[in-house]
Amino acid sequence: MSMPTRRSFFRSAGLGLETMALGSLLGLQGATATQDPLAPKKPHFAGKAKSVIFLFMEGAPSQMDLFDPKPALAKWQGKPLPESLIRQTKLAFIKKDATVLPSARVFKQHGQSGMEFSDYIPNIASCADDICMVRSMYTEAFNHHPGQLLLMTGFMQAGRPSLGAWVTYGLGSESRNLPGFVVLSSGAGTSGGATNFGPGFLPSVYQGTMFRNAGDPILYLSNPKGVSDNLQRAALDAIRDLNQERQTETGDEEIAARINSYELAFRMQMSAPELLDFSKESKETLELYGIDNDKSKAFGTNCLLARRMVERGVRYVMLMHASWDQHTYLNRDLKKNCEITDAPTAGLIKDLKQRGLLDSTIVVWGGEFGRTPMVEQRITSDPENMGRDHHPIAYSMFLAGGGIKGGQVIGKTDELGFNIVEDKVHVHDLQATLLHCLGFDHERLTYHYMGRDFRLTDVAGQVVPKMLA
Amino acid sequence: MFAIGMFLISVSVLAQAQFEKDVLPVFAKRCQGCHGSQQQMAGLRLDREDASLAKAAPKFVERVTSEKKGYRMPPVGEALQPNEIAAIRSWVESGAKWPSGIAASTKGSLHWAFQPPRRTGVGIDDWVLAKLKAEGIAPSPEADRRTLIRRVTLDLTGLPPTADEVLGFLADQQPGAYERVVDRLVASPHFGERWARYWLDLAHYADSDGYEKDLPRPNAWRYRHWVIDAFNRDMPFDQFTVEQLAGDLLPGSTVDQKVATGFLRCVLTNREGGVDRAEARFEQLVNRTATVSTVWLGLTVGCAQCHNHKYDPIPQKDYYSVMAFFEKAEDADIDAPLGGEAGPYYAALREFRQKRDAFYAKYQVPARAAVFEKGLKDAYRNPGRDLEWDFALTAYKALVDRYDKFLTDAAHTPRDQDSFYRYFINGSASPDFRKDKKQGDEIKAAKKELVELDKTLPVFGQAMVMEEDAVRHGKTHLRIRGDYKTLGEVVDPSGLSVLPGIPAGVVRDRLALAKWLVSRENPLPARVAMNRLWQELFGRGLVKTSEDFGLVGDRPTHPELLDWLASEFMDRGWSWKQMVRIMVSTDAYKRSSKARKDLETKDPENVFLARQNRLRLTAELIRDGALSASGLLNTSIGGRSIRPPQPYGVAELGYGNPKWEETKGPESYRRGLYVHYQRTTPYPLMASFDAPDASISCSRRRKSNTALQALNLLNDPVFFEASQSLAARILRETPGAALAKRIEHAYALCLSRMPSARESERLTQLYTEYLSKLDDATAVAWMPAPPDGVTQREAAAWAGIGRVLLNLDEFITRE
Repeated sequence: MSMPTRRSFFRSAGLGLETMALGSLLGLQGATATQDPLAPKKPHFAGKAKSVIFLFMEGAPSQMDLFDPKPALAKWQGKPLPESLIRQTKLAFIKKDATVLPSARVFKQHGQSGMEFSDYIPNIASCADDICMVRSMYTEAFNHHPGQLLLMTGFMQAGRPSLGAWVTYGLGSESRNLPGFVVLSSGAGTSGGATNFGPGFLPSVYQGTMFRNAGDPILYLSNPKGVSDNLQRAALDAIRDLNQERQTETGDEEIAARINSYELAFRMQMSAPELLDFSKESKETLELYGIDNDKSKAFGTNCLLARRMVERGVRYVMLMHASWDQHTYLNRDLKKNCEITDAPTAGLIKDLKQRGLLDSTIVVWGGEFGRTPMVEQRITSDPENMGRDHHPIAYSMFLAGGGIKGGQVIGKTDELGFNIVEDKVHVHDLQATLLHCLGFDHERLTYHYMGRDFRLTDVAGQVVPKMLA
Repeated sequence: MFAIGMFLISVSVLAQAQFEKDVLPVFAKRCQGCHGSQQQMAGLRLDREDASLAKAAPKFVERVTSEKKGYRMPPVGEALQPNEIAAIRSWVESGAKWPSGIAASTKGSLHWAFQPPRRTGVGIDDWVLAKLKAEGIAPSPEADRRTLIRRVTLDLTGLPPTADEVLGFLADQQPGAYERVVDRLVASPHFGERWARYWLDLAHYADSDGYEKDLPRPNAWRYRHWVIDAFNRDMPFDQFTVEQLAGDLLPGSTVDQKVATGFLRCVLTNREGGVDRAEARFEQLVNRTATVSTVWLGLTVGCAQCHNHKYDPIPQKDYYSVMAFFEKAEDADIDAPLGGEAGPYYAALREFRQKRDAFYAKYQVPARAAVFEKGLKDAYRNPGRDLEWDFALTAYKALVDRYDKFLTDAAHTPRDQDSFYRYFINGSASPDFRKDKKQGDEIKAAKKELVELDKTLPVFGQAMVMEEDAVRHGKTHLRIRGDYKTLGEVVDPSGLSVLPGIPAGVVRDRLALAKWLVSRENPLPARVAMNRLWQELFGRGLVKTSEDFGLVGDRPTHPELLDWLASEFMDRGWSWKQMVRIMVSTDAYKRSSKARKDLETKDPENVFLARQNRLRLTAELIRDGALSASGLLNTSIGGRSIRPPQPYGVAELGYGNPKWEETKGPESYRRGLYVHYQRTTPYPLMASFDAPDASISCSRRRKSNTALQALNLLNDPVFFEASQSLAARILRETPGAALAKRIEHAYALCLSRMPSARESERLTQLYTEYLSKLDDATAVAWMPAPPDGVTQREAAAWAGIGRVLLNLDEFITRE
């Protein structure tokens, strides 16, 4: 192979950041291509999507107050569901004779597709024609953590790789300066914690890297107090040279990978400020994401960051917002969540579209399950206290972009929103479809561990052709 | 004539070996799922000699090379590899003969791992050298003495050698110097810490429940403590096994033996509101079954939860027969005072009880809790009558183990009663609090007071253990498709049918299971354990898949050696320490780990052990190394978990944004294995450096190499503090010395060796650069308190050098 020796490469790379940013890319890849597990990889076939932004609405948003209008609930108000309907159902908190709670929301049709949305999410509604609404999602889990694990790792117990880890494992990353799989959070903790973006049994290089709201954006990204960029570079140069000495002495190629990872760390340190600097974003863009509004500012900032990451080659962005677990105070808390997330979500979709990124980026919005048509009331004396329990057997999620066909509703639930009556989509099917859009046969994206080949979709999952553009 | 005879035999032996080595594994991995013992699609069977073979074999090559979807075999997954196809082609061309003796036998299987170990040969080096000779590879020379003592000290204690220990070894020119080092290390109390961490991976130990609530387990450490102690006492591995699986069932069992069953308490507990406790318990039984199989048998039985194992001879029924041993076992939390705790506790108890009862009386707890209890009981008996009480009951059921016992007992033990009072006070969960706000507020105040009151009582250790409760739990059913609600036939407790059985007449309890696992007749546990020990000392097991000795697992690279080790282990009374000593005393262990050009093509993975391997240290040992080199390490053994500083936002990512209460003072400098492991939000160093996630048994850790690791070592305040302390230590220990001398001392502390001229020169250059670039404010930030006789700037420059040393690849590597 004709390439500069590592030593001469690093000497030239040491000249400065510009050289690093341009010249080093090929050099590093060339030098350690076999060792860089994040180098871009080809999928099984050409997929339309290159990246994913998963807006994870933790806690289970109430589908019949947002996406799946059920006017018939009014007829049933105050009555329990028919015994025949509920006999087999497992409920987390409420009893089977809980009475029906109609939605207080007003639904209207939007866009050319006439897709219906509730009055709490006018901005998302304005993206109707880009949205593929799935009203027939279902899952097996009726508790949060198992449900989140099933959605994010394909299995109800901890230990499996997360969706983002699988995608990064399969495709590598286009970014040489940022992690391939990034996680953003609104701040509130989730039931799953880090298990929702962990590497499971995949190498930990595929785990989601948390971008934090307070302190360092990435854990330990900042130098210790008093260590300027110059001084950091001086230390890194010495580390590199001494590691190089050791490599010469021992002949261990792994040391080259270690040198590589220190250089990537430095590039992350250098490029993060630019990523986080919104000064070149227009006022219109900031408004589009709701960053001008106190309620939606934090979530909007994360959405804009997600776009900027995708622009810079990050493969998979997971954006968490908790909690949509409205057992109680449904109307009050749902409104609050919508005020935080509605404008930024719509802003993200529109902005990706106007920049030509939506075709290659899948945006997914949703949680681990849905909510019951029946009421949950923990304080009987307070009518505002009414909420809904967990409902895994029928709920809604939506997707946009990246090879997903917008302007359509998939699936149908019965008039009570209790059961699916058309086009059931299991969370494994959603996972299979997402992988398909990225160019993977979900049955062939596997990893051998503990004596067998594991995959995201466990032993199930089917691509949903209707969802594809 | 004789020579010709030999030749003929060796040809057939060769063909058989070829079939076993190249063809059978392909059948096992890729074909037997559909053409095996459980299922014979198109009538073809490929797990034993079968009449169907003759007809099908001529088409094998065509089928495996076809590009027609559905026609090509195997129909799912990747096509066979070219070398696999070549092996099948060559076997078919030579007549597709199934060598005699290779088949599923009556008792199960002739798979190598199910045969009893046969002791042949005289020792480790003979077998390693024989293999090297056969491969035409010369072994590497012995590593230099500095490397050797660093290697063996890290491997046996998890800590780097001190500078004095290195010098002592260099100075000891008498025969047996190395053996003396090994003796010292095997006797070190850090030996137990190092091997405990290895075992805790297998047990998947953690300090929290897992799942949403992920509540801390403040007493989990007692099991860890027991493991450290067991390794330090060199408890024989068979006893070690029995105590962990069934210590409570031993006649007259001691508290320690009960604490050992904490092994089985490492399962996760789901306490999310609304959880189905029966399902959650089933998942725990699944986990225990899988863990025991991985740890002692090296078999992945998990497949058999839902169906007969596709590759290994493990029918679904076997899986539930093993699970049945755990069916009657129940979690229990017991008093387990440590030495010295009982005296002060009992001395203070009477007064404490008086104060506590007065406290209860003050807040009318007995009366109020009785109302609460009645509400819960009513809801338990008549669900659906009162929604608010239903919710209170749901919360109670999720958070309290054996809730049904309390709710149905006619009378409560004082202990149960006290626990309930505490639940009432801490849970703040009574629906009455809403109606009676005064009561709610009072109980809230009482909660704080109770915390203070409890502080007045000296610690009296508690432990998480197992006990038998045959009344509560009945028979084990096979679960159809693995679904816990779909009951199949009743199964009796039993071992795997492919292995020698449990003797007739033995009571089938956990004790019987444990004894069966480590009986001499069981071909697996000694092999599995010795393979893991080998893996820890050489970086790779003789069976690379140390978690899977089944048909799809890797075959041993040195089968005779593995058998020798297993036999030796049992013959030496299952002594871990003796086997460690034997292994580290071999030439194979002591070889240089330097890469060799000739091996890049001949043996790129170093399977034949011409040299040692360079191994990156584990997360815990990286912490230990930094604390040790810098002199910060607190070397106390055992005890509670600690919470070293970690940035805001790590723990808070968990459910309910929990706080991380930082450990202060000397305790915060304890070893990595004592760092509190919170399952849903692990300590960052653990997550970065590939510590397992403690959800299932981990038999070998991954070793990755990432930018987050670099950031962690460069910028984590824990490591920065270590570099400052390291600098102070170097300066303190080399008063008035020249720079080069100080660099030598730094290398001795961090890397146990002398720097080369180039290395010394490079650090001198860095030192000069720092001196010229550091301004006063920076120098203070880098080294707030310089040691006497050194300028602020010099001290700061040394902190910078310390930081570089702690980040070297060599620092986090055992060579």
